[in-house]
Amino acid sequence: MLTCKDASHLLSERQERPLGFRERWGLRVHLWLCANCRKFERQLDLMRKALSTLGRRAKAESQGVDLTPEARERIRKALAERGGHED
Amino acid sequence: MNSGSVPPLSPERWLEEHGDALYRYALTHLRDEHKAEEAVQETLVAALQARERFSGEASVRTWLVGILKHKVMDVFRHESREVALEEADEVAAEEDGEEDSFAPDGHWSARLADWGDPMRALENAQFLVLLQRCLEGLPPRLARLFWLREVMEEDTEDICKELAITPTNLWTMLHRGRLGLRQCLDKSWVGSGVKTAARER
Repeated sequence: MLTCKDASHLLSERQERPLGFRERWGLRVHLWLCANCRKFERQLDLMRKALSTLGRRAKAESQGVDLTPEARERIRKALAERGGHED
Repeated sequence: MNSGSVPPLSPERWLEEHGDALYRYALTHLRDEHKAEEAVQETLVAALQARERFSGEASVRTWLVGILKHKVMDVFRHESREVALEEADEVAAEEDGEEDSFAPDGHWSARLADWGDPMRALENAQFLVLLQRCLEGLPPRLARLFWLREVMEEDTEDICKELAITPTNLWTMLHRGRLGLRQCLDKSWVGSGVKTAARER
């Protein structure tokens, strides 16, 4: 019988790799019996979606950001100094 | 029009045309203006030095972003090394997250909170604010891995290769991160915290 700790591992890893037959079966039985782990399953799902939303938002926000003229100038200088030869 | 495999030798133009896009990529991944600028600079210098290796099959943008990805991972690798100096503390903090979550017999140490309707939580700006705050509260290495994998949605394979860790390693860390986030959200989202070690079995 899986413990909650084992089951939580499997629920987490299920997001990363396909589970084997025994793992899937063990998890199904455990979830059937365990309300806490069913909650964890829902929380994982929600966290994953929310994190992905954070990512989309961060990318969208960055669209308004440009290199400052000063930063461009610094990079231009570095290219002139270091670009021509191998380090 | 394009006569050969060597792109026109014009780092000035790369900076002009692709600088902002590269900077945005670096900024979203590194979340630090100074590090992002440095990554862009390193990318363009490396591109200039390696220009004969540009195959001409991809666009210049794709080629530059490919180099930038490595530079971004370099920063993570470098920071991991710095963390390694305080590794004992760091690893202990990461493991604590997991130990806290479970009783010695493998049951959850506390009843998990009900986060309510997932769609409403997702539409709730406050949930995302709390999530971000909880993410920043994770031990630094976990927080960075989490940002790369779960927020920026970089490939597991790329992350493992660049940071020289095994997938099992990465999964264990991500799992600890999820347990940590979950615990933090249980407290902050639901507000009331979790009181008793209830077993729902």
